[in-house]
Amino acid sequence: MSRIAECFAALQEQGRKALVPYITAGDPNPQVTVPLMHAMVAAGADILELGVPFSDPMADGPVIQKACERALAGGTSLGDVLAMVAEFRQRDQNTPVVLMGYLNPIEIMGYQTFAQQAAAQGVDGVLTVDMPPEEAEPLVMACQEQGLDRIFLLAPTSSPERMEQICALGSGFVYYVSLKGVTGALTLDVDDVGQHVAMIRRHTPLPVGVGFGIRDAESASKVATIADAVVVGSALVKRIEQCQDKPEAIPEEIGALLRAMREAIDATGSA
Amino acid sequence: MPDERGHFGPYGGRFVAETLMGPIEELRQAYERYRNDSGFQAELEADLAHYVGRPTPLYFAKRWSEQLGGARIFLKREDLNHTGAHKINNTVGQALLARRMGKTRLIAETGAGQHGVATATVAARFGLECVIYMGAEDMERQAPNVYRMRLLGAEVVPVTSGSQTLKDALNEAMRDWVTHVDNTFYVIGTVAGPHPYPAMVRDFQTIIGREARAQILEQTGALPHALVACVGGGSNAIGLFHPFLKDEQVALYGVEAAGLGLETGQHAAPLCAGKPGVLHGNRTYLMEDKHGQILDTHSLSAGLDYPGVGPEHAWLRDAGRATYVAVGDEEALAAFRALTRIEGIIPALESCHALAYAMQLAPTLAQDQGIIVNLSGRGDKDINTVARIEGISL
Repeated sequence: MSRIAECFAALQEQGRKALVPYITAGDPNPQVTVPLMHAMVAAGADILELGVPFSDPMADGPVIQKACERALAGGTSLGDVLAMVAEFRQRDQNTPVVLMGYLNPIEIMGYQTFAQQAAAQGVDGVLTVDMPPEEAEPLVMACQEQGLDRIFLLAPTSSPERMEQICALGSGFVYYVSLKGVTGALTLDVDDVGQHVAMIRRHTPLPVGVGFGIRDAESASKVATIADAVVVGSALVKRIEQCQDKPEAIPEEIGALLRAMREAIDATGSA
Repeated sequence: MPDERGHFGPYGGRFVAETLMGPIEELRQAYERYRNDSGFQAELEADLAHYVGRPTPLYFAKRWSEQLGGARIFLKREDLNHTGAHKINNTVGQALLARRMGKTRLIAETGAGQHGVATATVAARFGLECVIYMGAEDMERQAPNVYRMRLLGAEVVPVTSGSQTLKDALNEAMRDWVTHVDNTFYVIGTVAGPHPYPAMVRDFQTIIGREARAQILEQTGALPHALVACVGGGSNAIGLFHPFLKDEQVALYGVEAAGLGLETGQHAAPLCAGKPGVLHGNRTYLMEDKHGQILDTHSLSAGLDYPGVGPEHAWLRDAGRATYVAVGDEEALAAFRALTRIEGIIPALESCHALAYAMQLAPTLAQDQGIIVNLSGRGDKDINTVARIEGISL
């Protein structure tokens, strides 16, 4: 069983929902990332989503685009991100780590090389935003051979046929993009999300994570009533941006944000 | 070409976020339906004739040819189209499609502003809302076109992220599309992006090559020795080339922007100096670093200042059917001055790259050989840029 599957199995036994924070690796500088990963786990994160910075993050909003620009200014490459995961693994063997990003850096490294190195450094899952199932086979095969989970996005615009196809190809969990738009967008219609998640569950036994539009403890707790995992990205990255001049404070600041979400989510679970 | 999933050999395809897959498939189905629909084609033809002003002339540049002392050079006068460039061929087609799909809002990205102007124009004509994304740097160097778009009723949104040029405008337009997929039609201006755009935009632009092929046969009784067109994304080049692909004796030259020189890294020539990768919805040649990050580009011409290229060009390059070369800022300026003074035609700086290569090619050929250069746009929009280089304030 993969580390991601084990994590969801354990959470289910405890009747809890997963809290999945996203940060861009190397933002605002490469030294912050590994301590921040540990701080997020200490604050109650179950799975870490580590963004691989890309020069043209088309599916992300301005907050994450700026995070990518800061990380790239600091020289963070895909190879560096893998090294960060290896460093994280020296002290944490349990928390699953998912790499999230765009295809081109992986394409340049080569699918086989990437999958081998990612597995060797302790990565558990891979999510490439701009790789729909139609184009996914080569990378999916490479990841499968190395035991890496393939996490795919589902959108409000996904037809039932696509849901079927995507769920069959994915593993670990599926990630429902809760609204039409880019990361960090505003409104979240919980009833609508609930209906879509219910539809997804008819196609797959995989856990369902929900992201986009979750900005605070309140929205996190609402989503936790519907989904197996709550993904939080832009809200955290925005706080990182506010702290970029005092990066040593970032692990604590982000930890505080996550702890509030953790408590809200757990309160929902026991209700 | 392409195959049913939009592949030109290893290039093309669909590399977008899941949210866009539904809308892209909806577009593909609509396009498949209407491209074979006689009512749609009749409306398109009527608009191309009476609104755009087609057919455009194929003009024999006699004085210029004589001065260069070689092949006879013919100019396909896309600069005479309504709005002043070939871009209108495509936007008329896409706007007709948008209307049939019930979309009420057009969005577009633009570099030099020609595609933005063409989109704003058809939006005005069809009564559609219009938003144009343009790099802040490009807005400055193409101020007259920004004003034109606003006169036409479009909202022009400055893009301040990244390099503030065409690629960033494209990112921003994609973000708008993903947010407003229900009522919005994304009018992509070149033969790049996710399938079906590369094939669809090509089809709308092949009117250039179909006319040119018939015109050269009528005027000279023979096919030309070569075709020359500038390549940014590559829509005017594909439009000219495509109807000649099976005429294997006709050489095809795509001219990229060498900017300050390929060796300086300050250029926009992915086919000459890049490598394959994935960006903006397709796999194609890109300018990228060894980590797969997209590089900033440089060209005097905002319309060529793009780090990628249409996937069909990538395929034609690898297949050896077309040859891709690069011409720098200085050579393009020399061609700008030459055509203006010798033929009385002020060409767009994009087109000047093709003209500059024709200046090199013509003297190596015999006088009974012909070259067709696609004069993809007129230079009115560029006179501020050229004047600034000459130290003149207008």
